[in-house]
Amino acid sequence: MDQLAETARLKQSTEASFRPMTGNEAIARGAWEAGVRVAAAYPGTPSTEILENVGTYPAEDLHAQWSTNEKVACDVAIGASFAGVRALTVMKHVGLNVASDALMSQTYIGVNGGLVAVVCDDPGIHSSQNEQDTRLFSRLAMIPVLEPADAQEALEFTRWAFDISENFDTPVIVRSTTRLSHTRSVVELGERSEPAPRGFLEDPSKNVMIPSHARARHPALLERETKLRAYFASPDFTPWERGDGKVGVVTLGTPYTYVKEVLPGASVLKLAASYPLANELVAEFCRSVERVFVVEELEPVIENEIRALGFEVAGKAFFPRVGELSPELVREGFEKAGILERAAEPHDWDVEPIARPPVLCAGCPHTTTYMALRSLDARVAGDIGCYTLAAVEPLRSIDTCVSMGSSIANAAGMAKTGVETKPIVATIGDSTFLHSGIPPLIDAVYNKANITVILLDNHVTAMTGGQEHPGTGRTLRGEETHRVDYEELIRSVGVTWVKTVDSYDVGAMYRTFREAVEHKGVSVVISNRPCVLDPVKIRGPVLAVRAENCIACQTCMNLGCPAISWSDEWHDGHHKVKIDAATCIGCTLCSQICPTDCIQPAAG
Amino acid sequence: MKMDRVATATTNVLIVGVGGQGVIMISKVLAELCQLQGHQVKQSEVHGMAKRGGGVFSHVRFGERVWSPTIPRGEADILLALEWAESLRWLGYLRPDRGTFIADTQQIVPPFACRDRRRGAADAYARETPSEVLDQVAKGFALDAGRMAAELGNLRVANTILLGALSTALDFPAEDWRTVLVRSVPPKTKDLNLQAFEQGREWVTRAATAPAPVALRRPGGLEGPAVEVELEIIEAWCKGCDICVKMCPERCLILNREQIAELSDPAACTGCGICEWLCPDFAIAVHKRTADQVGA
Ligand SMILES: Cc1ncc(C[n+]2csc(CCOP(=O)(O)OP(=O)(O)O)c2C)c(N)n1
Ligand code: SF4
Ligand code: SF4
Ligand code: SF4
Ligand code: SF4
Repeated sequence: MDQLAETARLKQSTEASFRPMTGNEAIARGAWEAGVRVAAAYPGTPSTEILENVGTYPAEDLHAQWSTNEKVACDVAIGASFAGVRALTVMKHVGLNVASDALMSQTYIGVNGGLVAVVCDDPGIHSSQNEQDTRLFSRLAMIPVLEPADAQEALEFTRWAFDISENFDTPVIVRSTTRLSHTRSVVELGERSEPAPRGFLEDPSKNVMIPSHARARHPALLERETKLRAYFASPDFTPWERGDGKVGVVTLGTPYTYVKEVLPGASVLKLAASYPLANELVAEFCRSVERVFVVEELEPVIENEIRALGFEVAGKAFFPRVGELSPELVREGFEKAGILERAAEPHDWDVEPIARPPVLCAGCPHTTTYMALRSLDARVAGDIGCYTLAAVEPLRSIDTCVSMGSSIANAAGMAKTGVETKPIVATIGDSTFLHSGIPPLIDAVYNKANITVILLDNHVTAMTGGQEHPGTGRTLRGEETHRVDYEELIRSVGVTWVKTVDSYDVGAMYRTFREAVEHKGVSVVISNRPCVLDPVKIRGPVLAVRAENCIACQTCMNLGCPAISWSDEWHDGHHKVKIDAATCIGCTLCSQICPTDCIQPAAG
Repeated sequence: MKMDRVATATTNVLIVGVGGQGVIMISKVLAELCQLQGHQVKQSEVHGMAKRGGGVFSHVRFGERVWSPTIPRGEADILLALEWAESLRWLGYLRPDRGTFIADTQQIVPPFACRDRRRGAADAYARETPSEVLDQVAKGFALDAGRMAAELGNLRVANTILLGALSTALDFPAEDWRTVLVRSVPPKTKDLNLQAFEQGREWVTRAATAPAPVALRRPGGLEGPAVEVELEIIEAWCKGCDICVKMCPERCLILNREQIAELSDPAACTGCGICEWLCPDFAIAVHKRTADQVGA
């Protein structure tokens, strides 16, 4: 093919209306196309990129913001809905726990402008503390849940969610999963259509949830559920792919693609909404086939409801209830059920893979805190963030990690037992502190707990990829704004002992921690240094080991710095170490603790 | 019921490496190219811990109709690894009968592999050599892309060299590869990247006719007589300062009731000597004896 024709062909196939997008990008696009005016979220894997992407659409079209936590974000979106515009809030599955108080009331209230919450579940726990199933929550809250199966549907379902929200007077959840959120495929783009703002709807009986009003709303919810059941029975939303009459599969979301991959001939009822279930359609489907299977990730939600309709159905007997599904697991399930012939045993490769667990970055400012805590022999209540990695060797100095913001109150609780003999310390990241660390700090002061709180201020929400928060002084769109002064804030709630230390000053950290734990009452140490990865990648003057002086004592290896590994040289039977120049960022922590002073600036 | 695999119509490429190596960049180039060739493409990766030095992987699947975003085990037509040990981790995904294996022999040794501090211990990095693995796969290449990139004067083009190698395993016109590549790299580095791409292609062609042995560091332990470690703590000199207790990497020292340092877990002591080194009062001595010296 000649060059010109070639170029023309390449151009043609990248028409602007088709674009490869991740599920998250597609959800953001869908929200923009739906005419969203206000979007608010707190980051959380795998949902984070949704709001980051919403923030790339023009500021004239919509306001996008990072909020301090999911409840605040949800309330901001609710406020915008009250005011009559379309509003979006986004969170990871556990974020829904935080936002749930607001949503549980809002479901009674309904909406004015369309209100959509995108919730990303993490089956398989790629980066979370549990694998709770949002679909169970939807039943409690009686909020409809849409479950897209690929990026195209992610866009369409998000758009459509706003219509449902307004037409049925309900908040709507769009449920994604890690796999959908982080898979890229081609999406057909549409235009933005922004509905005219509706204006505030003055109706206290609906907007003000006092008991007398709420009592009247509960029946409205039941009625809404019935209407939605009928609505979702439309083949536009719940396509019935007629295959052979023997095997029928009810499935939804990404698992639908696994079913199509391993069982292309089966009859499939693909649900767009997992709540409420289109009962009559499902019943008709079940009657039309000999055996019914449900392939769904995590809990047997659909399975149990179909069983309650009086049908014999198989699901979790063959497909695991824990972890993420995959085409392999779905195939295995159908093999066990006798639907597919057993595949050949997997090939046996003669190799032994190594472990490569995640580690703190070279030069991570959290390192010193945990080095110092390790030697303080403290009882440490941890929290959630990059620093949770200090729970494993070599730093291994976190004793507990529950949920975001738990550390301070967990420590206070331990202290109140009066039986813990070690100094009791809570460690909490800056973003986590602002998320949910302030009420427990006030509580600890109020109740005179004897604890030390270490605020790990790395000036960013690092774990989720470096988002702004109120302590960074910048908004989601990068505008300057007020920057929280932690010392001032902490003193204002009654903490009298507060000190800020440079996280790279090992000696000062050790001394300050010692002083802090001697203080009776609540003491706070702010460990202060920017994350080396975000928002700017820090590269310092690299250090190197003078091998001739290294006594292979491994003290530096105790940091767990990924730039340090063993060299080919030995000292008295132990490995000497070397520093990888491409990884070292020059934080100097290793040189500060090396007993022979053999770590020095690299030559040249 | 016997079903034909639809998956046979789908081509599966699994690209793996370590955080920061550019796995995602390569898979994006491939995905874009497949799309330009009129295929449906799905590219799936899991972020999260990737940035913290953990493994990164990206599934690229293309064909007329792609269903699952992930490649089923044993069905990758190509496994492209940017790091040696990662190539081994994902080998189970490769089609044993006709899969192509392409791996960079670069070794990124994680701190986790340097944990066994006992005398003479080897690190825990992968032991398999390229030839041991190439012998097991249907078709395989192990190249030192890092060195080739260094010779081109820029370590960062190692990815592009591997992309060149990958291009030989797929049926797309080389010109289209170049077009997409040029679009995905900074304009200033266009020529360098094209050169690197060519090197990768040529390397594979050459290796197919005359396979070149690839040297790989084989992390060894230290030979020699077994040594017994004995820790001598001179109680009279110990003032209970706690330094050794706090710094012992194995956490095997404690202060006993008399506030004197004591070895609480002799089996865990590796004889590293840090306690001896740090004790301000010379109260600790680490003795190492070979079998014939024990008792002497
Ligand atoms: C309720 C809830 N929301 C969000 C998350 C996701 N998440 C985990 S850690 C983290 C941010 C931690 O930031 P910070 O406390 O500043 O610590 P860093 O990672 O910067 O060290 C977030 C958003 C979560 N686990 N739980
Ligand atoms: S991203 Fe930042 S906070 Fe997280 S491990 Fe790396 S340096 Fe530490
Ligand atoms: S100075 Fe030392 S501890 Fe810091 S990044 Fe470099 S090698 Fe790691
Ligand atoms: S701390 Fe110093 S002497 Fe000890 S192993 Fe590291 S570089 Fe060598
Ligand atoms: S030699 Fe000392 S510091 Fe090293 S492991 Fe033994 S007791 Fe611990």
